[in-house]
Amino acid sequence: MKVGLFIPCYVDQFYPQIGIASLELLEKFGCEVSFPMDQTCCGQPMANSGYSHLTVGCDTNFVNNFSEFDYVVCPSGSCTMHVKEHLHSKENEAAATHIRNNVYELTEFLTDILKVESIEGNFPYKVGMHQSCHGQRGLKLSQMSELNAAPFSKPNQLLSSIKGLELVSLSRKDECCGFGGTFCVTEEAVSVKMGQDRIEDHKEHHVDYITGGDMSCLMHLEGILRRQKSNIKVIHIAEILNSI
Amino acid sequence: MKENTIDHSHAAAIFNKDVERVNWHDETLWFVRSKRDKSAHAIPEWEALRETASNIKNNVLSNMHHYLQEFEAKAKENGIIIHWAADGAEHNKIVHSIIAKHGVTQMVKSKSMLTEECHLNEYLADNGIEVIDSDLGEFIVQLRKEPPSHIVLPAIHLKKEDVSDTFHEHLGTEKGNNNPQYLTEAARKELRDTFLTRKVALTGVNFAVAETGEFVVCTNEGNADMGAHLADVHIACMGFEKLIPERKHLGVFLRLLARSATGQPITTFSSHFKKPRKGQEMHIVIVDNGRSTQLGREEFRNSLKCIRCGACMNTCPVYRRSGGHSYHNAVAGPIGSILAPNLDMKKNADLPFASTLCGSCTNVCPVKIDIHDQLYKWRQVLVKEGYTPSSKTMAMKGMSAVLANPTVFKIAGKAGRFVMKNMPFMVNNSLNAWYNQREMPAPPEESFREWYAKKAKESKDKK
Amino acid sequence: MSSRDSILSKIKSNQPASVSELPSLSFLGLDKIDVIETYKTVLKGIGGFCEEVSSLDEVKAYIAAHYPADKRKITTIPELADIAETNWISDDPHSLQNVELGIVTAHFGVAENSGLWVTEAILGQRVSPFIPQYLVIIVNKNDILATMHQAYERIGNLDYGFGTFIAGPSKTADIEQSLVLGAHGARGLTVFLME
Repeated sequence: MKVGLFIPCYVDQFYPQIGIASLELLEKFGCEVSFPMDQTCCGQPMANSGYSHLTVGCDTNFVNNFSEFDYVVCPSGSCTMHVKEHLHSKENEAAATHIRNNVYELTEFLTDILKVESIEGNFPYKVGMHQSCHGQRGLKLSQMSELNAAPFSKPNQLLSSIKGLELVSLSRKDECCGFGGTFCVTEEAVSVKMGQDRIEDHKEHHVDYITGGDMSCLMHLEGILRRQKSNIKVIHIAEILNSI
Repeated sequence: MKENTIDHSHAAAIFNKDVERVNWHDETLWFVRSKRDKSAHAIPEWEALRETASNIKNNVLSNMHHYLQEFEAKAKENGIIIHWAADGAEHNKIVHSIIAKHGVTQMVKSKSMLTEECHLNEYLADNGIEVIDSDLGEFIVQLRKEPPSHIVLPAIHLKKEDVSDTFHEHLGTEKGNNNPQYLTEAARKELRDTFLTRKVALTGVNFAVAETGEFVVCTNEGNADMGAHLADVHIACMGFEKLIPERKHLGVFLRLLARSATGQPITTFSSHFKKPRKGQEMHIVIVDNGRSTQLGREEFRNSLKCIRCGACMNTCPVYRRSGGHSYHNAVAGPIGSILAPNLDMKKNADLPFASTLCGSCTNVCPVKIDIHDQLYKWRQVLVKEGYTPSSKTMAMKGMSAVLANPTVFKIAGKAGRFVMKNMPFMVNNSLNAWYNQREMPAPPEESFREWYAKKAKESKDKK
Repeated sequence: MSSRDSILSKIKSNQPASVSELPSLSFLGLDKIDVIETYKTVLKGIGGFCEEVSSLDEVKAYIAAHYPADKRKITTIPELADIAETNWISDDPHSLQNVELGIVTAHFGVAENSGLWVTEAILGQRVSPFIPQYLVIIVNKNDILATMHQAYERIGNLDYGFGTFIAGPSKTADIEQSLVLGAHGARGLTVFLME
């Protein structure tokens, strides 16, 4: 199984440990993983700001880098969703379609393709899971609280097998953290308030760590936690799943 | 409406200065969302109902030309007078002319977001007609000379102390008496007198049935009925998208509307008006005001399915923390943000950006409008039409050039951490709004790429 | 071109090219429920009172016990002529402003929301269930339907000038979300489920 590892640009430059954990985790489960060195970005920051017409070059580059893999896996729900919904290429639409049909966020790749049911790990802490919106409502990684439908959660399924990990149940199960891309600075007041409120929910449930599948959300929450000089830490789910 | 509207982000920043108040506003609306959830989860076929309602409305939008004529013909047969208004100004003139024809200078109104959109009250006031809003929430904001902040809960932004002060000033209630029962009783007495004396009553329309020519008005208070059944003239105003094909479809919509709005199984009154009362004149004003344009926008057409339940506002984490007034529009929140740019792109260019695109709104919408997808699409339109600052466009063009070119990207990344210099949220200087209330992580020793390249080289060297 | 013509013409050119299908409603509202128990529970939950009776004498007794004799009462039910007025139907609606209690019947009720369907014909006058301070509605137990779908099947293509579903007493929560019963319509509703 040839897997192309797609690492969001800010993860590459600020949180390399997540890329490392993702790589090691996939290799543990028998994947042949490559990181195409010429990848840049999925184009989401531009597209979400209304500049999707400027992402042509970026998309072409993405297709060039990832077309020959069986699967493309990414430790970010929002980047994965963006590629899945918006990747097109005039020169090579067949390749773009192949990628769109085979791009996965890390946890759903583990549960749906690798059919992983439990992961050996050790993380003896109280953990709050932050359901990132694009992963949840976009990729359907877990059930959405608004719907009248059976509950499920792919990330939680994996976390529940980790030794010692106590997953808390939050008051507001899937409210947005307020990052939202450029929203985090263009609507700074609301963005921060949303983040602070999410943190309060985790605090009320006495978590040691906040985890999730999107480092963008976690970076925003971590920024607030650090400013508050809180003891709560953030950690990407890849690192918990790769704890051993 | 003021000409210089404050854009959403500035209004929201002001709103957030009073932390206690924001928390209260947010919790109050979240509670309404929770009530909606409880109600929705109690109906096993809830999702099927949403799908059905959505498909009924899809059919209506695709056959509007036929249904409107059918509705008009049937309503006329029933003795109702039909008027057509191309825009808000014409709507106001028509309403005024009906009132003037009867030689009357006072009118009682139940509740109509359409009339807010058309600024009817101001127009009538300028023409010597007094309008009293009889929905309690609307009555309160009318006394305070402010617009409603929510389409279903007009006074949701006010605390009982605010209402008490307002009633003390205008109705002479006891100063400092905040008891909602006491205050409501005062409004009941005052408005009862209004109902008994006004000869003209105006209501909105929740649903208009093409098959029968009847229309339905839903209230909890009974104010639409008190006005209409005591008046000589009943004027009902509707956007043309309020149409539904057949009477039995009301079953679907009436099951969804109140549950989505407040969590109640149905409003206290769901009044079906088909013919004027004996001796009464009944009018319907059918309004376009930009709706036919929206109908032609393939990507945004579905926004016309809206049944004005407000569920999207209650669930929106941004609306809850910025308040309806920050959207400077009769209809606020997520649905307002996809309707308003059609009415005035320049004034409302900020609205589709007042969102994190979390998608919660789309999930609660009883008619399955793809609200968050439309917010994304409006962003593309607004940029193309030139409604974003040129500095942003320049920055984006620069960014797109780098991201298309891996060599440049790698150099930019290595030399000065490209992301840190260019991702708007990460620009590393003290002017960046990120730093107001958040810390930024320090860049690590090596990037993932650098680690990977090193690892690849090591294993290559080993061979 | 009149506004009517210009609006219709714009709509014709802007609406989608093909008409999408209307969905069927036949699979909705089929869940079997205990209609009486559901009706009672929902009505109580929204602030209404419910009494199960088997004769109008019981209704009379209830009214005598709960409403002062000297307050004005109106009814559409001839058998109640000894406790309430019956010849107000052609009166000016404004003249009913001092009515304390209105007593009417309903065509049927809906269990899922405790709504009662009444039309102008059964109300005597349109304003009759709104203007009194308190309201009593009598409905047959056999006429309690499960959901709104059955309700509209029952209504069919009945011709009426006005009809409404009444669910509970009038109410508002517009002042800081505090529920207050008795906004502009009746302050209290008692429903008699008649055997």
